[in-house]
Amino acid sequence: MPYSSPRESFDRALQKLLDQVLVLGSMVEQAVQSSLDALKGRDLNAAQRIYHADQNVNEKRYQIETEAITLIATQQPMARDVRLLAAILEIITELERIGDYAKGICKINLLLSDEEIDPAIFADLQRMADLGLGMLRRALDAFVNLDTTAAKQIPNEDDQVDALYNHIYRNLINEMSSTPTSIDRANHMMWAAHNLERMADRVTNICERIVYVATGQMKELDSSDDEKRGGS
Amino acid sequence: MQQISPKIQTQASDYPQSGSPTYAIEARNLNVYYGNFRAVKNINLPIERKKVTAIIGPSGCGKSTVLRTFNRMNELVPTAHTEGEILFLGQNIYAPQVDPVEVRRRVGMVFQKPNPFPKSIYENIAWGAKINGFKTGLGKPSMDEWVEHSLRRAALWDEVKDKLHQSGLSLSGGQQQRLCIARAIAIQPEIILMDEPASALDPIATLKIEELMHELAEEYTIIVVTHNMQQAARVSDYTAFFTMDEDRAGILVEYAQTNQIFTNPKDPRTEGYITGRFG
Repeated sequence: MPYSSPRESFDRALQKLLDQVLVLGSMVEQAVQSSLDALKGRDLNAAQRIYHADQNVNEKRYQIETEAITLIATQQPMARDVRLLAAILEIITELERIGDYAKGICKINLLLSDEEIDPAIFADLQRMADLGLGMLRRALDAFVNLDTTAAKQIPNEDDQVDALYNHIYRNLINEMSSTPTSIDRANHMMWAAHNLERMADRVTNICERIVYVATGQMKELDSSDDEKRGGS
Repeated sequence: MQQISPKIQTQASDYPQSGSPTYAIEARNLNVYYGNFRAVKNINLPIERKKVTAIIGPSGCGKSTVLRTFNRMNELVPTAHTEGEILFLGQNIYAPQVDPVEVRRRVGMVFQKPNPFPKSIYENIAWGAKINGFKTGLGKPSMDEWVEHSLRRAALWDEVKDKLHQSGLSLSGGQQQRLCIARAIAIQPEIILMDEPASALDPIATLKIEELMHELAEEYTIIVVTHNMQQAARVSDYTAFFTMDEDRAGILVEYAQTNQIFTNPKDPRTEGYITGRFG
């Protein structure tokens, strides 16, 4: 057709917003990894710093939200454009919550104070984090490329995260029953594992939004999501 | 370029099937020519009763032409001729025995530019009603009552009740347009056609007309042609998207529930148009 797009400035604004979502994504990715590093090294100063830095994640989220709402109000987006903006509003919420999980792990680190951490349990936590962060990175790539094939595949990896969580859960329950003095510490570790398990669930939600933007279809991608099933 | 055939997005669950008695009026295989030029091609457009249906599309795609076939207004253009059928209550309104004046009484029209008669507000309503056989009598409303009823239905009564005998032309643009709507409904049509009814009005007057369309759809079938996509999105239940094919003839590209057209259109030409990117 002999038309050129009369929406170049809107397209530029959308692209800028997508870039900001990626910035937010890398902020929370960094926060999760740093929170694990601080836990491993029992670095309470770092934990304190990361805990407070969550405020930056929250501010970035509000900044993106404000810009998305402004575009909705001023540009009257339709069809894929409105789906994209609605998805951005959802995805930044998911990312912000992942940031909260990193903050939660730092809080656990601070609560554990000078307690020792079982290296085997930590290794499992790091594996969970590696899996979840890998899912997150690829989900954000899939988002900017609107890659529905990837978005539909990524949630399958949540099963491995769930399996690791169940493994840690059982080990910690055993430890608590055999050594009652470990209950506080084991309970904290269980929360850390739970945070990482939820992170992978949030990535699945992000993948659902990618499919929505690309196809207009809203559907759950991971039936094994424990929380959606009614909790475990 | 590939031949584009008009298609209607229908789903049994959300859209009545062809031949359904819920249709108020239906275009079937409609072609309209101006001289040798085919302005619209093979249009199939069933309009659901007591709903607002919006027709959108770029300039020259035949939106207004199609709208005017629904009450035979195209015949007033000397070179125009129509092929196909417009079914109204099961009857083709282009059949030789059908009186176009009767068609236009049952299928009213409101135009882009408000066109009240150069008469009083009261007479603007009463004239049309009288000409179309309105009779007072036992158990029937008086003309005063009918004028009030019509002005109330058009959400204009409170603004004009103290000046009914002033000229209709003394009103603001938005009020004049609501007066024209009151005049249209005073003769009790079943369908109201609106051709860009708010494009000459300011935003508040526009919103009043849009709100009125919602209210009128409880009683009437409304078909509105608009360039304003946000207006189509706000006021209509169904949206038909027209464009031009390679011969510059208007074709129907996609017809579906308005929420679908504006959030998840199926045809890339619809997506291109409503997102402002024109494929």
